[in-house]
Amino acid sequence: MKIRVQSEPLSPWGLLADYEAQLISSHGSGKYGASAVFVGSMRDLNEGDAVQGMYLEHYPGMTEKVLQGMAEAISREWNLIDLLLAHRVGDLHPGEPIVLVAVWSAHRKAAFEACRALMETLKSQAPFWKREHLTDGSQRWVEKNTAGY
Amino acid sequence: MTVHVKFFASLKELMGCDGAAVEIGEMATVTDVWLAASGGKPMPANVLVAINMEHGDVHQAVHSGDEVAFFPPVTGG
Repeated sequence: MKIRVQSEPLSPWGLLADYEAQLISSHGSGKYGASAVFVGSMRDLNEGDAVQGMYLEHYPGMTEKVLQGMAEAISREWNLIDLLLAHRVGDLHPGEPIVLVAVWSAHRKAAFEACRALMETLKSQAPFWKREHLTDGSQRWVEKNTAGY
Repeated sequence: MTVHVKFFASLKELMGCDGAAVEIGEMATVTDVWLAASGGKPMPANVLVAINMEHGDVHQAVHSGDEVAFFPPVTGG
């Protein structure tokens, strides 16, 4: 299991390929039958307004602790073989990846459900806050998440 | 006793600082910490609380040296 919070740009597909290569070398091939991946990226439009940038604030220490706790709980609940979670902080631009959730399990049911559960738990509990920079020069804090279900 | 207060996101802007060391009496709760740190400002209805980096609530007791954080609803992902 790996959790990372990073201020540098996130390359989810490269990260995923590297992690899966490590996973196969440590667990051996043929140990999992399903993997599910979610990548969330920044849009250039929110609530009808054009957005040119975003600052993602977090609570150093607590953010990592909360992510670790939820990842461990979801791994146990769905009996996952492995899990990778990466989340950006700092300044972002439209199109940049914000979050990567990847899970590996024996069968697809656990993979689909655990990937979604981890993402939804992250959205509701992990201490991150988005401040948008609109194209008209104004800034605002995002106050709520869109519905995930 | 001393507790260490932190504010995040919009609350940091509302309070004009990212936190402070606050002197408060024994047997204090998170609500008491808010009142001491904010100079008596009413707490916004949607404020979330963490004590020593674990989610908590405003009725919880605090202890000397605790880190008490106040922040708005989270919006990551």
